[in-house]
Amino acid sequence: MSNTHADTVSYVRDTMLMQQDPPSTSVGVVGWARGNLFSGWFNTILTILSAAFVLWLLAGIVPWVVSPTWNASSLTECREILAGHEGACWGVIHERWNQLLFGFYPQELYWRPVLALVLLLIALGPILFADFVSPKILPFSAVYPFIGAWLLWGGTIWTPVMAALGFVVGYGVFVLAQRFIVPGLAFLAAVLAALVWWLVIMPFALPDLARLIPIGLEAVQSRQFGGFMLSITIGVTAILFSLPIGILLALGRRSDLPLVKWLCVGFIEFIRGVPLITLLFVASTLLNIFLPPGTNFDIILRVMIMVTLFASAYMAEVIRGGLAALPKGQYEGADSLGLDYWQAQRLIIMPQALKISIPGIVSTFIGVFKDTTLVSIISMFDPLGLANAIRADSAWNGIYWELFIFIGAVFFIFCFSMSRYSMYLERKLQTGHR
Amino acid sequence: MATLTDPPSESFKLSMLIYDTRYRSITFQVIALILFLTLIGWLINNTVQNLQDLGKEPSFGFMNQPAGYDINQTLIPYNSQDTHLRAAFVGILNTLLVAVMGCITATVVGVFVGVLRLSGNWLVARLMTVYVEIFRNVPVLMWIVLCMAILIESLPSPSDFRGDDPEATMSFFDTVAITNRGVYVPAVEFSRGLPALPVGNAFDLSLNFVVALLVLLGGIWASGAIRRRADAIQNSTGVRPRTWHLRVGVILIPLIAVLTILGFNLQYPELKGFNFGGGLYMRNSLIALWLALSLYTAAFVAEIVRAGIMAVSHGQTEAAAALGLRPRRVMSLVVLPQALRIIIPPLISQYLNLTKNSSLAIAVGYMDVTGTLMGITLNQTGRELETVLLGMLVYLTISLIISAVMNLYNSRVALVER
Repeated sequence: MSNTHADTVSYVRDTMLMQQDPPSTSVGVVGWARGNLFSGWFNTILTILSAAFVLWLLAGIVPWVVSPTWNASSLTECREILAGHEGACWGVIHERWNQLLFGFYPQELYWRPVLALVLLLIALGPILFADFVSPKILPFSAVYPFIGAWLLWGGTIWTPVMAALGFVVGYGVFVLAQRFIVPGLAFLAAVLAALVWWLVIMPFALPDLARLIPIGLEAVQSRQFGGFMLSITIGVTAILFSLPIGILLALGRRSDLPLVKWLCVGFIEFIRGVPLITLLFVASTLLNIFLPPGTNFDIILRVMIMVTLFASAYMAEVIRGGLAALPKGQYEGADSLGLDYWQAQRLIIMPQALKISIPGIVSTFIGVFKDTTLVSIISMFDPLGLANAIRADSAWNGIYWELFIFIGAVFFIFCFSMSRYSMYLERKLQTGHR
Repeated sequence: MATLTDPPSESFKLSMLIYDTRYRSITFQVIALILFLTLIGWLINNTVQNLQDLGKEPSFGFMNQPAGYDINQTLIPYNSQDTHLRAAFVGILNTLLVAVMGCITATVVGVFVGVLRLSGNWLVARLMTVYVEIFRNVPVLMWIVLCMAILIESLPSPSDFRGDDPEATMSFFDTVAITNRGVYVPAVEFSRGLPALPVGNAFDLSLNFVVALLVLLGGIWASGAIRRRADAIQNSTGVRPRTWHLRVGVILIPLIAVLTILGFNLQYPELKGFNFGGGLYMRNSLIALWLALSLYTAAFVAEIVRAGIMAVSHGQTEAAAALGLRPRRVMSLVVLPQALRIIIPPLISQYLNLTKNSSLAIAVGYMDVTGTLMGITLNQTGRELETVLLGMLVYLTISLIISAVMNLYNSRVALVER
């Protein structure tokens, strides 16, 4: 065996070669560039073309952005400062950024929406970042909607207090009624009790309470709302309410009860079939026709209701997708444990279905937040509505890039962080093996 | 066997309506029905009473009255003496026009960007990511308004084209004039054309276009027949005959022949006085809406395409290569059919979104169905209820048709599982 190759091979190496470093062209920056930028003639052309494009873009944008016009008070002044050079006119942002953020909200009351936003972030803490924020804040999160609304609109403190008490009354009736009747009927009774409280007792008692114990903030009219404050108010409300309503609609659509199922299907398909702008037309022109004569409630509230309904229909479809993706065994397992419908939903189905649908849910949220700009079409002053007003102003006539870059950047920051958060949440809740 | 008897029949008790699962579902549905009908009745009652107070009688008679307003961009002849119904119809056609144009460009751009995002070239992939993220995370309405502002503020006005040493010149070999009033492109003319065919009283159908379209479709069908024959030959003999020249010829030659017979020529836009004349005029509002909707939707389409291609497992590609298929055939026979199954349903729902988003035309003054029926007609007649309901019905019909197409497609390509 040993001399098998004796007459065919003249030389056989009998020591190991020293291990060598990889060639310098395949490691480090050079290796990376060869692999990712210049791996063939086609890729090289692509790289050169895109690099040229990026440079051309930067050469146009950077000198334009760096422009000493922060203190200008009109477009003509900007042009004087720039003296023929190309450049942005940032004076418009400097002069109008308060308006772009708060609309026509009274200037001395700006602390209220700011405080409401800060409190919102605190209230969202234990919900969004349960790992880092103590759950002791959760009770505050529960009462935040009332505090936030009171801070924004002002008025007597008794309106939010009484509205919150409605939930307490409903819960009390539910606990009490559960001792005597099945949970389903007890829930119905609780809803009825809360409705009676809100629609009968509250309007009756409010004026007297406000007169007897006058605690309150200066009231701000809805038409003074504007800018990003308006977008965030409508967006947050719609996001908050669309999730529970969407879950109920999704469950209704998968229900065994044909009537409930067809009602939900009809609602969802109708809302998804028409553009949001037609629903906003309904809010601005038609809703008063559908309600009892003499009702005339707040335009922002009407818009919020419509945007919420719109968002919940989309949410329902996203969650239905999550429900459909669950293996049948999960439902059967829940049944075999003897859980009733709501227990099974709460403990087995929903936690998994919601986890599956996180990307869809968050992209619906992002869509809703972006869609709040549509209110500018029914003449409300969201950032885009304000931008149109500013462009119509004689001092700033002809300006557009600066305004839209500012507005676009703010929207981008909100939406992009939402999508990053959803990725973080997905990773955190990842329990399967990959 | 005789010992088996029926279970003792219980007598019905009222409490069984709640406690017995056999009856409980019926009880709850009856309660839901009563609540629903009450709500509907309450709404209708309110509406009737409110309309009575306002002195309005719900009727659609106003649709037959003269509209009295002009529409600046129409596909079919229209003047201000025509009825509101015709104005609405013009609006619907405008909606469909921008929707179809938008869907086509969004698909082309989206597929291009989606594929490039998967490219091994780091720089190109990053650039496409930046495009997708910027367009997805900023509201579409802002893109529409911004596009309109750019077109109006930064393009030359028609008067800049005048004189011996003009500030602006026409693009694409003097055939297209891009101005701040809109874009003028060459129009198609037939010098020996066939007469137009009136369809009802609504509009005239150009027989020239119909004939050209039929010839084109016939050519495509014939080309398909040649391909099928080549497939059959390949299946029986193993050798595929060369057919591409036949397939191109059978589409092009009859089309060119028909166009020549009809006297096909292009009418170029020309500067006449202070404005351009001749050619086909597309207003700024249409261009801005089309651009913004396409670029915005393309970002979503790109993500769908990327997800679809990535969802085809690597084993499929490897198995196809192991069978000896060439890379191009791997793509066309193995990867694409599976990726398309994943891509098409969300793609169609993006088309649906684009169509619904085209209602934002009202922000730039493009007269789609929202601008005519739910805009000027509503304001002129004061019939909020009827116009908004009709408008919703139009969009609902379009949506349902598109969903029906999608369901049909889904049921055709659905994998048959156990």
